[in-house]
Amino acid sequence: MRLSSKVTTLLILAAVIAIAPVFFPSSYYFRVGSLIFVNGLAVTGLVILIGYAGQISLGHAGFAGIGAYACALAPVHLGLHPALAALLGALLSAAIAYLVGRPILRLKGYYLAVASLGFGILVSMVLSNEAQLTGGPDGMAVPELGLRAVLKAIGIDLSNTEFWYAFSGLVLVIGAWLALNLYHSPTGRALRALHGSEVAARTVGVDVAHYKLVAFVISAVYASVSGSLLALQNKFITPDVAGFMHSIEMVTMTVLGGAGSVLGAILGAAILTTLPQVLTIFQEYEQLMLGLVMMLVMIFMREGLLPSIARRIRGRAE
Amino acid sequence: MPELLQFLLSGITVGAVYALVALGFTIIYNASDVVNFAQGEFVMLGGMITFFAHAAGLPLPLAALIAIIVTAAIGVALNKLAIEPARGAPVVSLIIITIGASIFIRGATQLVFDKQLHRFPAFSGDQPILIGGATILPQSLWVIAGALAVFICLWLFFTRTLIGRAVLATANNRVAAQLVGINTNYVMTLSFAMSAAIGALAGVLVTPITLTGYDVGLALALKGFAAAMLGGMGNPKGALVGGLLLGVLEAMTAGYVSSQYKDAAAFVVILAVLFAMPQGLFGRKSTDRV
Repeated sequence: MRLSSKVTTLLILAAVIAIAPVFFPSSYYFRVGSLIFVNGLAVTGLVILIGYAGQISLGHAGFAGIGAYACALAPVHLGLHPALAALLGALLSAAIAYLVGRPILRLKGYYLAVASLGFGILVSMVLSNEAQLTGGPDGMAVPELGLRAVLKAIGIDLSNTEFWYAFSGLVLVIGAWLALNLYHSPTGRALRALHGSEVAARTVGVDVAHYKLVAFVISAVYASVSGSLLALQNKFITPDVAGFMHSIEMVTMTVLGGAGSVLGAILGAAILTTLPQVLTIFQEYEQLMLGLVMMLVMIFMREGLLPSIARRIRGRAE
Repeated sequence: MPELLQFLLSGITVGAVYALVALGFTIIYNASDVVNFAQGEFVMLGGMITFFAHAAGLPLPLAALIAIIVTAAIGVALNKLAIEPARGAPVVSLIIITIGASIFIRGATQLVFDKQLHRFPAFSGDQPILIGGATILPQSLWVIAGALAVFICLWLFFTRTLIGRAVLATANNRVAAQLVGINTNYVMTLSFAMSAAIGALAGVLVTPITLTGYDVGLALALKGFAAAMLGGMGNPKGALVGGLLLGVLEAMTAGYVSSQYKDAAAFVVILAVLFAMPQGLFGRKSTDRV
């Protein structure tokens, strides 16, 4: 029996997430794992924007910032449960992405890159400057999600790191499933069509502006949920989450693994999240390495790691 | 009134730096259609190398000269090692490559030098000059004069010299330029060298006022890009006027609105220009060929 690539991807992802803990020597690895999943979720959103629709954004950390600060602020000021706060953050991100995306997605290439970058920097500027609300550059505390206590009450007792590993892993699988479904849907086909040629897509009746906006809003929601998960599991958040470097890291993870493939992009997230943790010496060299990876991948493996390797293997088999 | 004049003077000083960065963008964009996001790093390198050469005992003019030459060499290396191998790549790839180069240069600078802020002495002392109740530093005059001099030299270069026209021809149509015997690879190398040297010069001129550190490049690149867009991408006159306008606007925002949000001015300009008049102040309206 031959499985569809969608099912294969989801099976691989779920299996890796479920089996990996067997090999974890300490709880620290659960922490790294959950960070990978959180980044993987944001990157899955960018696969929809960059890989499917062929648009770029250098400001998606801005949406992660909105999601993160929603979880920090809404429980305190609006009395919302943190889970509802994350939902509010996602809705807010979608609304802002819709408003910002409508004008800026008319732009192409460099202009779109700079406009989205400017948006991301404006968000992080507001988060740093409005200190009486956000605590400024020092950051602020985020309340407990409370789901772990509920699980404990029904007899599932997980440590904090184990819980966040499982929970963000689950969210990532759901996110990947939705993204893969989208790929094969009419919307996904429209996105891929306009990626290939906007003019050609338009001539066959694709509303190019509409579908670009759809991809932008969806990817913003992914980034927002990823920011919320990060805030909730760290129980603390600083404006760095919305910073330029975070946006760049997201894009680099996406293109490193392969912007056209959900699994590839998550692999990219895993590599770039793990490297600094594994090599402590990496700290000094982090920017140097990040820049080098960005250049090398784009010059030598334009499709990204996973698609390039897959092609090589397939080429040998034939 | 002196208040307004003061903001205007400081705005023009900063604006002259943005204009130099924008001119650097313009040269590379004209020759290759690449927007080089590492442009701001050239400014940073100009300042940093000058500081460390000066600290090592070299006289300031020699240190500055070395900084400009080394930065120009780095610009050429960037073209040869990263831009040329990726020729024909989609714009998204080129954006990621030049941003990668920018982050790489930043990371390398912080390893080779350090993470401190640095400054070297101003060229003609720090005694402010009084103009109608406002003051201006002698170094500001150096910056403004530098921007004007570079602009005039570029103008002469592009209109009066054969090689300058070869650059314009390459920009216009690469294949046609090759057919009439222009060495387009040489033109590309030259453009990157000139662009990097102009960036480094800006860094040398402005460091006594604003200080320099390994991470100042990105903000400069963005503002230079905003200035170039405001003036009309690819137009040297637009780069100069756009830079000065952006500097003044920023100074006014800092003075009358909020100094915390002065950096927001550049992005508001970017967004406003993009929506209202994408071709900029001096740009021609362009149409895409399908």
